[in-house]
Amino acid sequence: MADCDPVIELRNVDKFYGDFQALANVSMRLAPSERVVICGPSGSGKSTLVRCVNRLEEHSAGRIFVGGEELGAGKTNIRWVRMKVGMVFQQFNLFPHLSVLENLTIGPIRVRKLAKSRAIELAREYLARVDILDQAEKYPAQLSGGQQQRVAIARALCMEPSVMLFDEPTSALDPEMINEVLAVMADLAQSGMAMICVTHEMGFARRVADRMIFMDGGEIIESAPAERFFSHPQSERCRRFLDQVLER
Amino acid sequence: MPSSARPGCRIPLPTASGAASVGLYLLLVCLVLALALNGAEAMGYNWQWYRVPEYLFAFTDDGFQWGEIALGLGATLKLSLQSFVLALGLGAVVALLRMSNLVVGNAIALAFLEIVRNLPLLILLYLFYYVLGPIFALDRYAAAVLCLGVYHAALVSEILRAGVGSVDGGQLEAARSVGMSSAQAYRHIVLPQAMKFLLPPMTGEAAHLIKSSAIVSVIAVVEMTTVGRNIIADTYMSFEIWFTIAAVYLLVILVLSLAAARMEQRYATAGRRK
Repeated sequence: MADCDPVIELRNVDKFYGDFQALANVSMRLAPSERVVICGPSGSGKSTLVRCVNRLEEHSAGRIFVGGEELGAGKTNIRWVRMKVGMVFQQFNLFPHLSVLENLTIGPIRVRKLAKSRAIELAREYLARVDILDQAEKYPAQLSGGQQQRVAIARALCMEPSVMLFDEPTSALDPEMINEVLAVMADLAQSGMAMICVTHEMGFARRVADRMIFMDGGEIIESAPAERFFSHPQSERCRRFLDQVLER
Repeated sequence: MPSSARPGCRIPLPTASGAASVGLYLLLVCLVLALALNGAEAMGYNWQWYRVPEYLFAFTDDGFQWGEIALGLGATLKLSLQSFVLALGLGAVVALLRMSNLVVGNAIALAFLEIVRNLPLLILLYLFYYVLGPIFALDRYAAAVLCLGVYHAALVSEILRAGVGSVDGGQLEAARSVGMSSAQAYRHIVLPQAMKFLLPPMTGEAAHLIKSSAIVSVIAVVEMTTVGRNIIADTYMSFEIWFTIAAVYLLVILVLSLAAARMEQRYATAGRRK
């Protein structure tokens, strides 16, 4: 798997906010269909890493490639990259003034220039996939948190991206709604979608991840196949973190 | 309670029952009115209220006719509307420059805001009429519209900026994450949501503009206040005419303010849903 052209590649990426270093010499590769879960304490740079990949944040140094294109070489290239990379936010960020269906079709219509009928067809297909087709005419405020997040996932999928980024997708959810969102994500992983997922849901990570990355202080401390990561964490910091989140 | 005895806290006022305070208030109002009437009486003012209606409307041989004050109100509304449209357009440009990353654009917008907001409106009007007027061959009406438009553009631009700023930043990120350009994101995502924050203060700003439009009477542009001055010059009915004109302004502004308050209320509850 590691031999294929990577969907995403980061080489020695740094990110500074003023004097604060959020990412320090981060390098990673994501192969097609690979599922990577990033974990680590809050403030460790997990979200920053994900946000740099679709350039919601600009990295300060190093190189980032998405689908072979390097980030930072002109504006059209950024929009192309964002079409290839689906993003799911912690706070859902659905458009509250648009219906569920319109939330899904606005990207395909405005950005991918699909015909409206085709966009609606596509939207209904993905709504069915996240099991929420019956809510298509409602507005985001009328849905539960779990339903909103599933709509957000469907919205990203409607752009037919080649990789999905999840930035703590279940952290803002009530506990009873976490599983419905994780189920959708697991199903997506099953279908062969490449994904980078920042999450604290270690059960989900164990089931789904090919590879685990542990970050702390803006650095990748450990990157290992999921099996080995959970059974034999190498670094002391990672072991301590796992002890805390897994409560073993 | 000992906690309420903090120094610098509000001084406890004697509380009266609702009826008692209303009674006291009415008494005070009557007292002031009596003093005013008495004063007018003492200076030998000749009240001629019966002559006022003809300046509002009249029935002549030709049928119903608007009076001078009513026509003046029409002129005031037309002047205000034209100035407001100009203020919206110019305000949008200034707000965009302020929010852009352009160094020069930002500086221009900031300079515009500081100059316009820190000049008295009357001085701005004199600048437009006596200085820019001759230079650019502006007649008094054009100078008045430009002056009001420019003055209120500064206020409008700040309202626009605040309205756009109050839309959750995640909305812009979400729009970008599906590949929208900045222009698309503002047009389809940010501005529609900003409308609910914009409408109430914009209505208030429209009311403010109607009020400040009275100032163009000093350069003799025809509108309601100028009409009032002219009538008084002919009739010496200064009390009646100014009372009437004040009442008409009050009525127009009250209607606008009520509309603004209703909008504010509606959006205050609707805006809370996430």
